[in-house]
Amino acid sequence: LTCIRYPGKRRFVSSFLSTQSVKMAARKESVPTAAATAAASPAPASGNTLDSPVKQIQIEGLVVLKIIKHYQEEGQGNEVVQGVLLGLVVEDRLEITNCFPFPQHTEDDADFDEVQYQMEMMRSLRHVNIDHLHVGWYQSTYYGSFVSRALLDSQFSYQHAIEESVVLIYDPIKTAQGSLSLKAYRLTPKLMEICKEKDFTPEGLKKANVGFECMFEEVPIVIKNSHLINVLMWELEEKSTLADKHELLNLSSSNHLEKSLQLLMDRVDDMSQDIVKYNTFSRNLSKQQQQKHQYVQRRQQENVQRQSRGEPPLPEEDISKMFKPPQAPPRMDTLLIAGQINTYCQNIKEFTSQNLGKLFMAEALQGHNS
Amino acid sequence: VVKIHPVVLLSHPFRTKMSVYGPVVKIHPVVLASIADSYERRNEGAIRVIGTLLGTVEKHTVEVTNCFSVPHNESEDEVAVDMEFAKNMYELHKKVSPSEVIVGWYATGFDITEHSVLIHEYYSREAQNPIHLTVDTALQSGRMNIRAYVSAQMGVPGKTVGVMFTPLTVKYISYDTERIGVDLLQRTRTSPGRTIGLTTDLEQVGAASSRIQDMLATVLTYTEDVLSGKVTADNTVGRFLTDLVNKVPKISAEDFESMLNSNINDLLMVTYLSNLTQAQIALNEKLICL
Repeated sequence: LTCIRYPGKRRFVSSFLSTQSVKMAARKESVPTAAATAAASPAPASGNTLDSPVKQIQIEGLVVLKIIKHYQEEGQGNEVVQGVLLGLVVEDRLEITNCFPFPQHTEDDADFDEVQYQMEMMRSLRHVNIDHLHVGWYQSTYYGSFVSRALLDSQFSYQHAIEESVVLIYDPIKTAQGSLSLKAYRLTPKLMEICKEKDFTPEGLKKANVGFECMFEEVPIVIKNSHLINVLMWELEEKSTLADKHELLNLSSSNHLEKSLQLLMDRVDDMSQDIVKYNTFSRNLSKQQQQKHQYVQRRQQENVQRQSRGEPPLPEEDISKMFKPPQAPPRMDTLLIAGQINTYCQNIKEFTSQNLGKLFMAEALQGHNS
Repeated sequence: VVKIHPVVLLSHPFRTKMSVYGPVVKIHPVVLASIADSYERRNEGAIRVIGTLLGTVEKHTVEVTNCFSVPHNESEDEVAVDMEFAKNMYELHKKVSPSEVIVGWYATGFDITEHSVLIHEYYSREAQNPIHLTVDTALQSGRMNIRAYVSAQMGVPGKTVGVMFTPLTVKYISYDTERIGVDLLQRTRTSPGRTIGLTTDLEQVGAASSRIQDMLATVLTYTEDVLSGKVTADNTVGRFLTDLVNKVPKISAEDFESMLNSNINDLLMVTYLSNLTQAQIALNEKLICL
């Protein structure tokens, strides 16, 4: 059973494995054991870096309802709610069959042991025949801001332990506007490599050729319901007396746009500060190079003069010790900020395209009447 | 009070909308989906599944928002429920949602058996006046009947006493976001393989507008039928229709034009800005990697 600690407001992620987690892929419906054991080992086979082990995510309706309920009841404002996903791997699909929520981090409850909570929960669920294998985790997001160091760390430790794991990002605000917004992300293999090495210097990133667009890869989601749940759906449709509210056709957009743009501006400010830092660093570096060069030249000249006067040349000094190179600023934060800005822009564009469609429709209808 | 013969009586499963004595039970869809799922995962040989219901109690309503299944064994003459497990799970659940309390228990199946009485007694110790929910997952009557009961003492005091389960009105409620989720899940009923993907933005707007179109078509056919005399006019429906027609705001053409244009301009500007930002960060990245 794997247990992974969650990123709290300020906590870091740590994880520990037991050997059982490695045998994740071996389930009754799975492919022959050869492929299963190959997929089960945490280090992927060397040739397999391009295609991801997970091509599609299949979620059961129950999981969707549970995630929605968890946020609705326990999440307020821009607090994030998290939970664990349980399921199994079938060929190249990741099936998520159940989930359980994680309590909010309470600073006053210092002796709350998250690991114990997880172990207890999973043990209990095993008793009632629910799949108890960890396949990922979910998190709610506020207007699309989820690309952060904490998420990266968590997902990295998850993916390191269990190769096929995903993080499901649920956007409650977008869902409240009319349509379920659930996305599944994994880290690209390139990013996994970098995180493993922990080499966040500019040269390291340049070598790995990782841009902000290839940090996360989105995996398509499919929702599947069993026959019994379908029967339940028929029942609910008949009995339920709720009227549709048609939030999707709502024309007002300014509130949402304002908030999104505000978040975007904050991020862009962060980015520009980061750029300034990097610029000063590279300027310092080049200044230092110049100084080094000048120093070496002066040395040489002196030596030549001394030789001409017959004196012994000055000893070669270790230049690198005299001119310590300035610290290269870590680039991972920049990458994350760029990734976040990208996500915001994507969300904004989706939103505006929807609204433009609605406005044109309203225009057509009004033109019809008058 | 000594129970000599645990007599179980089911009041007639009449389908009136009147609530008999007892609170109204409001159920969220997640509870029913959970129950169906635990029924599907039951152990070999088990005919039914039981579990605890969690929720909140108010003066005249009981709102059930969560549940978890409890392992149990049932045979002809005895029933064993793992109460330790139930207590443990409840503690774990309380950590996530401290406001949920045990409000009753559920069982899959159509009837209330004698064992149910005993189990109900267990639960009476955990919660005051627990409700009992039955979900007919085996579809014995061709439908999935969902019923709720509360127990009441009956009989002659001092002599034979028993327990009677009186039915309660069941309502289904959901939060807005839940309703939207359920709408999406409804679509698996009609697709082959019972799977659906999540749709893109404009498709959703299209789907929502076609739904409204269908509704308008129904209303139009109704009015035409009334006008041509095929259907007798109903005053309440007529009043709703007048409300509907009056709700459409009357704006002058210029005002509408200007409102439309300003909105469209806002949206176009924001799209332009976001495209610009994306180009900017891509450029920044290329420059750093030079």
